[in-house]
Amino acid sequence: MDETTEATHDIDIRNLYKIFGPNAAAHIDNVKAGMTKEELNAKHNHVLGLENINLTIPAGRIQVVMGLSGSGKSTLIRHINRLIDPTSGEVVFDKQDVVKMSPTELREFRRSKTAMVFQKFALFPHRTVLENTVYGLKIRGVSDKECQERARRWISRVGLEGFEDNYPNQLSGGMQQRVGLARALTNDPEILLMDEAFSALDPLIRTDMQSVLLGLQAELRKTIVFITHDLDEALRLGDKIAILRDGRIIQQGTGEQIVLRPADDYISSFVHDVKRGNVITVRTITRKGQRADTPITLPYDTLLEEAARAMTNAEVNRANVTGTDGTHLGMITLSKTVAEMIAPDTSDDDTADVMTA
Amino acid sequence: MDFVDFPEMGRADLRALRIAIDTAFRGFTRAYGETLEQIFHPIQILLVFIENILIDSPWILVLAGLALMIWALSRSWKIVLGTIIALLLIGYFGMWEDTMRTIAMVAVCTLIAVAIGIPTGILMARFNRANQIIIPVLDMMQTMPSFVYLIPVVMIFGLGKVPGVIAVVIYAVPPIIRLTNLGIRQVPADVLEAAAAFGSSGGQTLKDVQLPLALPTIMAGVNQTIMMSLAMVVVASMIGVRGLGQPVLQAINNQYFTLGVMNGLAIVAIAIIFDRATQAYGKRLQKHLEAVHG
Repeated sequence: MDETTEATHDIDIRNLYKIFGPNAAAHIDNVKAGMTKEELNAKHNHVLGLENINLTIPAGRIQVVMGLSGSGKSTLIRHINRLIDPTSGEVVFDKQDVVKMSPTELREFRRSKTAMVFQKFALFPHRTVLENTVYGLKIRGVSDKECQERARRWISRVGLEGFEDNYPNQLSGGMQQRVGLARALTNDPEILLMDEAFSALDPLIRTDMQSVLLGLQAELRKTIVFITHDLDEALRLGDKIAILRDGRIIQQGTGEQIVLRPADDYISSFVHDVKRGNVITVRTITRKGQRADTPITLPYDTLLEEAARAMTNAEVNRANVTGTDGTHLGMITLSKTVAEMIAPDTSDDDTADVMTA
Repeated sequence: MDFVDFPEMGRADLRALRIAIDTAFRGFTRAYGETLEQIFHPIQILLVFIENILIDSPWILVLAGLALMIWALSRSWKIVLGTIIALLLIGYFGMWEDTMRTIAMVAVCTLIAVAIGIPTGILMARFNRANQIIIPVLDMMQTMPSFVYLIPVVMIFGLGKVPGVIAVVIYAVPPIIRLTNLGIRQVPADVLEAAAAFGSSGGQTLKDVQLPLALPTIMAGVNQTIMMSLAMVVVASMIGVRGLGQPVLQAINNQYFTLGVMNGLAIVAIAIIFDRATQAYGKRLQKHLEAVHG
């Protein structure tokens, strides 16, 4: 693979508010003083889109923002490249506040630092796959030869070799979104903004595209902001997950933290149907300091499902767990592993090392 | 109070008003007529130039040239063949020269209409304020009887080609303005958002995204403009534009039935040729929409 830019700067979203309506600025102080969304809507006919968002998106990781429709997730992602202007607050990247950029600076920021993938693909219908893919470089004035080289590389990387001269209309949804991904990656951005990028695809293709993305990310280490309404997708992709409801972040953390410690009933109801064995790691159920007489030794970040399989295959019901440096940490039992996979375990187990959110 | 007779302005007052406006306009014509004629003179030069090429060249070359142009637009042998047969018949019935004058006239009028119409349409798509101001003007241009605006045009320019072109353009420019505006406004919002997200400037978005996607609609406007220019040929002949309109006018005045029908049919033939050719071109521009994934 040729050289690409690894992400090195966090994105810091600070005290971000967005009010929709003709006179938004007039109401911002009231909202900050505690006026609710309902009150603002009833009294002033303005809609509170985002309320006091504080989020640090780590460089080189996948940050998922999850929420149902109307939660403000698409509004939030559009503040990062300022397709939407906030009513108040800042979005800091590399010591620069995106909110305060001049139109020229903003254009330059969008061209060189960010790229976006859209839910409905938003490809240029009159341009071929190749012409779509070179778009970002072309408007920056990169030479035709370099545009083509870089674009062809990414087209083949996302598995569309041979389709360069097709129009988007001639491709299936999954292929169109591969074009969307190639168009974004050809720009070699530090920040990749993905707005429900896989939501319009059918389930098999969606899983396939998630694998494509994870494969690319293992190599590229971009800062990816991924919007979704699908918890399974969020848990599979997200290094960090923030859950948005009614324009507010109601919980953020790793997938495991959210599944183990849902912040409220709303999130619990979401988390209820999750395949816990694919999210929770053995460290949460390790009996510290205890040692088992068993041939199986697992690292602390092994998923419960893998641990259960390892023990079952070896026909044992205990396994030792090692810590970050490979030293002995404790042991787990098969029954506890399976119990934890099935349902939230509320039994009193004071030796379990539960992480705090 | 009497509600049967309308409480109208006094006769003397109305007459005074008319005279005042007429005098002022006549004054304006005297003062600036010459300057305006100078400004619009290039139109005459262009029109005469095209007319001379079409009339003075050997007919077979002109025929081949027109057939080639129609081929370039439509890529259809049927349309080209129809064009050749129609033009041969026109020539055989002695209408070659008048037809060439009319084609030259329509070409110049369309060119001017496109040059004015597309930028105006872009302006309207960009600024809602411009849209609000220009739409009523277009409504007026399309509904005002053409004889009404022929009066001031003739007062300023006299009889001849230039006032003819101006009258035709006033009549034929609204569709291209409207359809350029419509075409740009119809570009999907998500595509525009994608262009913005990649850091396109306003000009780049217009050139690379909006105009190409609006082009089929704009071409429909060009087609309408050509059709409307042809429809004005007879009216324009009343103020001294030569071409197929003049024999028609003569036929009306003298009740020459056959002369009228022949020249009328020649106008129809040209209209059909240009219509089919521009429509076929418009369709070709939409190729990318046709092949849908099965």
